[in-house]
Amino acid sequence: MTPVRVVIALCLIAPFVAMLWVGSYAKTDPTFIGIPFFYWYQMAWVLISTVLTMIAFKLWQRDQRARRGGER
Amino acid sequence: MKDGVNGVALAVFIFFFLAVTVMGFLAARWRRAENEQSLDEWGLGGRSFGTWITWFLLGGDLYTAYTFVAVPAAIYAAGAAGFFAVPYTILVYPLIFTFLPRLWSVSHKHGYVTTSDFVRGRFGSKGLSLAVALTGILATMPYIALQLVGIQAVLDVMGVGGGEDTNWFIKDLPLLIAFGVLAAYTYSSGLRAPALIAFVKDTLIYIVIAVAIIYIPIKLGGFDEIFAKAGEAFGETNPATGAPRGALVPAEAGQWTYATLALGSALALFMYPHSITATLSSKSREVIRRNTTILPLYSLMLGLLALLGFMAIAAGIKVQNGQLAIPQLFETMFPDWFAGVAFAAIGIGALVPAAIMSIAAANLFTRNIYKDFIRKDATPEQETKVSKLVSLLVKVGALAFVLTMDKTVAINFQLLGGIWILQTFPALVGGLFTRWFHRWALLAGWAVGMVYGTVAAYGVASPTQKHFGGSSKEIPGIGEIGYIGLTAFVLNVVVTVVLTFVLKAVKAPEGVDETRPEDYTADAGDPGVQVELPPDAKRWKGGTRLSSRAVRRRTVGDALPTVDDVVAADPDISFDGQQLSILSQDSTVQVLPWPVCFLYGGRAAFSIVLNAPSPELALLTARQMADRFNQQAANFGYQPLMTAQGGFCPPSSG
Repeated sequence: MTPVRVVIALCLIAPFVAMLWVGSYAKTDPTFIGIPFFYWYQMAWVLISTVLTMIAFKLWQRDQRARRGGER
Repeated sequence: MKDGVNGVALAVFIFFFLAVTVMGFLAARWRRAENEQSLDEWGLGGRSFGTWITWFLLGGDLYTAYTFVAVPAAIYAAGAAGFFAVPYTILVYPLIFTFLPRLWSVSHKHGYVTTSDFVRGRFGSKGLSLAVALTGILATMPYIALQLVGIQAVLDVMGVGGGEDTNWFIKDLPLLIAFGVLAAYTYSSGLRAPALIAFVKDTLIYIVIAVAIIYIPIKLGGFDEIFAKAGEAFGETNPATGAPRGALVPAEAGQWTYATLALGSALALFMYPHSITATLSSKSREVIRRNTTILPLYSLMLGLLALLGFMAIAAGIKVQNGQLAIPQLFETMFPDWFAGVAFAAIGIGALVPAAIMSIAAANLFTRNIYKDFIRKDATPEQETKVSKLVSLLVKVGALAFVLTMDKTVAINFQLLGGIWILQTFPALVGGLFTRWFHRWALLAGWAVGMVYGTVAAYGVASPTQKHFGGSSKEIPGIGEIGYIGLTAFVLNVVVTVVLTFVLKAVKAPEGVDETRPEDYTADAGDPGVQVELPPDAKRWKGGTRLSSRAVRRRTVGDALPTVDDVVAADPDISFDGQQLSILSQDSTVQVLPWPVCFLYGGRAAFSIVLNAPSPELALLTARQMADRFNQQAANFGYQPLMTAQGGFCPPSSG
């Protein structure tokens, strides 16, 4: 388990922790342009998880390239 | 509901419907390869789709018309609880990021078309593969039926086919026509049809949502106003249950349900055969990983769509059938012509997934029931023929289901389908990472999960239904209310693990594993992995100019491409003048020289020697090269006449 792989794993696990812990976001305030917290927070997580998956993807690509380079 | 037919909306709807119908039939010619009579071609679009097509296809596939109608409908009915669809789709992507590329690799290496193909190859068990195939077909059928329910909702609101006093034939005629058209182009074009139509569908849906999410709140006085009104409406007591209708934020008791539903649904989504079909049709591992980073765009869309449920409440939409809430909202708020666009988006949104689902179910039947149990020596042509017929039967079945049974039956079955399909997770995803599980243990675990899930769902009552009243129930041992599918899944895994220990202890025979560890990480370009079939025209135009590379022109005709042209355009192939090799990142695979002969218009043109692990793979690659020749020839206006066969060319007679 290299440090890069730990970061990849964390990027992929974070959305699970955030989304399955419903108690952390089951509230109305603060609202955003009139939308209760419960809704905008989850929609914000769509973007956050996208960024995290993208980071994981880039790191993974780099990791793979480094590996292949190392073998040759 | 307005009386009579909404003429303008209907005209716009029909216009879009006709447009996609034409596209559906033309799709057969799109990116077509030489050998179209194989299941790879009809059922997986030649496994040639790149990032964007895969994205549209997966989006078109997973976010169905039913989703668009049902998610806001759930919000409309109960508030926060219906929003679980958003965390559910958020969780899907990190999840598939880890296992789908492995499935892609092993499937390409071994030519698997379905998940059951993989399970059979991995565990050497036809019984387990049959269980996975049957579960897939059973879970997909009601899903297709629900797509029809989506179209029906739109037709109802437009005022066609809705009247109670008209006879059944007139009433269902529009639906029959829509489905006849769908069946015809799926039959003729295979997976290419929905892939092409998905572009239209998604574009329309994005436009509709963008407009709806800006236009409707302005008309209703902003989100503050919308949520205030919705909060009031949810606070009112429901006469049927004596409890408030819903809530803006899930109460303490509902949080387990919310989380387990999100997690269970996320685990289940990529077990559905249609999501796998769309995945395997992509051309490389990278396409899939890249897609997991752009697919969440759809989740955002889904979240916005869910908010429409609140808008329907705030706009004072009152419908008995929650499914009609969103179409009704569109009709009330939008000018007629734009309502027509919105309805077309939903209608076409039903056609795309229905087509993919029927193809996926047909592939399962053909590969894992017909070929494994009925006709073991079926040729690829026969496989394709059977698949085409079954896709037709599946759709007719779904149609009969919707027309003869109550809608709630379809919804009940779909609910069960989600619980069922989740039970194939241990065999499939478990199998992708480890061979530790015993095949019989997996089968037993599957059976336990299926039975528990079905019985538990049967026992859930709601104010309107005695059975199948919902998908959550008390989790035994924890006491919280949770998603039945997830409970059944945990039970399934426990049984599988325990029995695996037992079976290993008594040395029960393990099946033969035909896969090797390196198969799970293979990528396009590795030996034996299909190189993308018809190359993009763009790539050819940008790269090699034919006239400037007229070296060793051994083909018939003047402007035809040479081997050099093909090699130059493909970084995965090298050619030293005599021998052609597929470059490999894997040095452990032994490659041997195999001769192949290219024929032009049926006449021997030239022979080459191809380095590959087996003669079949050499021939496969040669055929793919022939496809490239043909594509390039076609780009220059020549007939695509190149074919390849094994062995050196026979001595030419001139």
